[in-house]
Amino acid sequence: MMNWPKEIIASSIGNDNLRELARCGGVTAAYGVPREFFAMAAKALKGAGQPGGLAGQLAVLDGWRLAAEWATDETPFGRGFAVFAAYNSGTEYVIVKSDLPQDDPSFPSLAGIFTPALRFERQIQSLMGVSPEAHPDLRPWIKHEDWPWDVYPLRKSFDGKTPLKKVPGGDYPWARADGEGVYEIPVGPVHAGIIEPGHFRFQAVGEDIINLEEKLGYVHKGIEKRFESLGWIFGARLAARVSGDSTVAHSIAFSMAVEAASMVAPAQRALWMRAVMLERERIANHLGDIGAICNDTAFAFLHHQFSILREKVLRANQRFFGHRLMMDRVLPGGAAVDMDKDASEEMLKEIVWLSKEFEKLVVIYEDNPSLEDRVWGAGVLSPSVAKELGTVGFVARASGQALDARVQNPFAPYDRIVPKVPVLTSGDVHARAWVRVEEVRESMRLIREMLQDIPRGRLCVPCPAPRPGAEGFSAVEGWRGEIIYWVQAGPLSSTAGPLSSTDAGINRCMVRDPSSVNWLALEEAILGNIVPDFPLCNKSFNQSYSGHDL
Amino acid sequence: MLRILRQIFSTGIVTEPLSPAEESRITVTGALLEKKIERRFQRSVAIRFVDAGSCNACELEAHAANNPFYNSERFGIHFTASPRFADILLVTGPVSINMETALKRTYNAMPGPKLVVAIGDCGRDGGVFGCGYASAGGVGNVIPVDVYVTGCPPAPSQIIHGILRAVSPARKTGDGPGF
Ligand code: SF4
Repeated sequence: MMNWPKEIIASSIGNDNLRELARCGGVTAAYGVPREFFAMAAKALKGAGQPGGLAGQLAVLDGWRLAAEWATDETPFGRGFAVFAAYNSGTEYVIVKSDLPQDDPSFPSLAGIFTPALRFERQIQSLMGVSPEAHPDLRPWIKHEDWPWDVYPLRKSFDGKTPLKKVPGGDYPWARADGEGVYEIPVGPVHAGIIEPGHFRFQAVGEDIINLEEKLGYVHKGIEKRFESLGWIFGARLAARVSGDSTVAHSIAFSMAVEAASMVAPAQRALWMRAVMLERERIANHLGDIGAICNDTAFAFLHHQFSILREKVLRANQRFFGHRLMMDRVLPGGAAVDMDKDASEEMLKEIVWLSKEFEKLVVIYEDNPSLEDRVWGAGVLSPSVAKELGTVGFVARASGQALDARVQNPFAPYDRIVPKVPVLTSGDVHARAWVRVEEVRESMRLIREMLQDIPRGRLCVPCPAPRPGAEGFSAVEGWRGEIIYWVQAGPLSSTAGPLSSTDAGINRCMVRDPSSVNWLALEEAILGNIVPDFPLCNKSFNQSYSGHDL
Repeated sequence: MLRILRQIFSTGIVTEPLSPAEESRITVTGALLEKKIERRFQRSVAIRFVDAGSCNACELEAHAANNPFYNSERFGIHFTASPRFADILLVTGPVSINMETALKRTYNAMPGPKLVVAIGDCGRDGGVFGCGYASAGGVGNVIPVDVYVTGCPPAPSQIIHGILRAVSPARKTGDGPGF
């Protein structure tokens, strides 16, 4: 059986058409293929089996998964554009790249092979002006209808510093369901509560939702473009603010990608500190969201109780790390905070206390029939759809997908202290909440074990800017799921950041938040549910708008 | 049910004085405010919230301001689902170009007199996102702002304090170190 990505791709497109690329750190391998074979390579990987997985935890995955797809403008190197796809199977990540000529930047679409490519490629087309051929839906994505149509912010020729001149008019062509008794409910972008903006359109018959379409992009701030002008050092601050609720995870992912590009091994102790903070971030967000799910079933009591626990964790973060959300505590090369023995003993005590309090609330959650009534069977995402849509994180695990970047792409200490990955198959609101209950327990165990064994030593090593043209990839499991970063250094002094006039700046920093794939799953999960259940279902996914819109 | 009752009694009331410094600030402001809120706002201020492009951490802390520890309702602060009833517009984030129109519309839909509180370093000047093709920078570039609450993100107590400062008679725009 062929296991190696190289053999799989070569068997489909021929050895002569496959070039191994040496420049990208952080992946198993990277290959260059002529653009006419871009989709064929995807097809070959999708069809190939890869048995096994780490410690028998990851189920047999039949076929590789499209994890991310993006485009680059490589004109500063004297080339044209390029399109990239990152695939994952088991513990391996590979990248397939195709160069595209500057005067005809188009490539064969992957949308017919991998569903997540539908939105990846709309985004590529909208922001980079690189066209997927035979893509069934090329309505702009993130780029709203009052932008001039021919503006492509990620191109080098576009000046990211000047405000966009909006054009009046323009309409977004919504997908519509017609028929007797079908009515439409538009919601947003501004919502009733304290939440991020997005627009949802429901079509319903009676109370039943027969179609939901999301329109996002409202909080698009030009993050990917901004990375290019900020450079490596200030880029870390920006990465910490891509999605504030996942600040630790994004900081780690950015740092790992930069380290991979620079070929720097970060300080050992820092890796453990990163993991401790990553698990604390997971706990805090899970606590808040489990409570919020209870709130949406009108069980305010548990909501308050969980928010008390969350608040206690944030306050402890402030004591341990000097910031409630632990922003800017991870940097390329290491970490910016340390813990002494007293602090680690205090944290151990805190975890013991938290675990006790948490279990009391879990019993109440399990005991409550009216809550059960709302969460069981609501917003079902079936395992087959979850797989088809390429979902990640707790959403995927609640729908039978054994995916966890801590196991698939482990950094120390996850290679020694291996997380148990809870997987449920019912795919409903309850499953998404319950996976998170299990993960809180597991994170507490991980922190306890990490604190026992954390190695001594330096907290940070110098991380020089990557060499010109170097590339780095990372995949990190934040609380929401797998976060992917890919960075590419420019040629010498191409986009000099403030402190790096002699180094290569950032030519491209690609961010793929878990929300970029999971938003699509909400559209599927909501079908057949009643309109009043939307807030509850939405909450059970709790995707990031900022992380998606960039 | 018994479990719930047991949990209620063992939890007690967790709403707490903020830090002593914050608390004294708030009690002082509170005393000054009481009459003002009573007269101007019928004992409670209604807040409409808009995320104009934040990274969502400012929302987390605005949420936390409602948790049982800070319990912002005790100061008569409550969030409303419609701009038509709102006295204060609370805005987080830099203003993204895709939210500019929605933010202006919300502001215009509010009855006067109205106050605007911009939360976070982003709300002040665009923060780490700055000004660019997709970000109009600080909230003040798009609608008039009465009070800025700096921080990235500001702590819940600072957010509550910012709201109180907005309705305070001695309100001034911008915030010096000691409010
Ligand atoms: S001020 Fe900081 S926390 Fe608030 S939205 Fe801006 S970056 Fe996020």
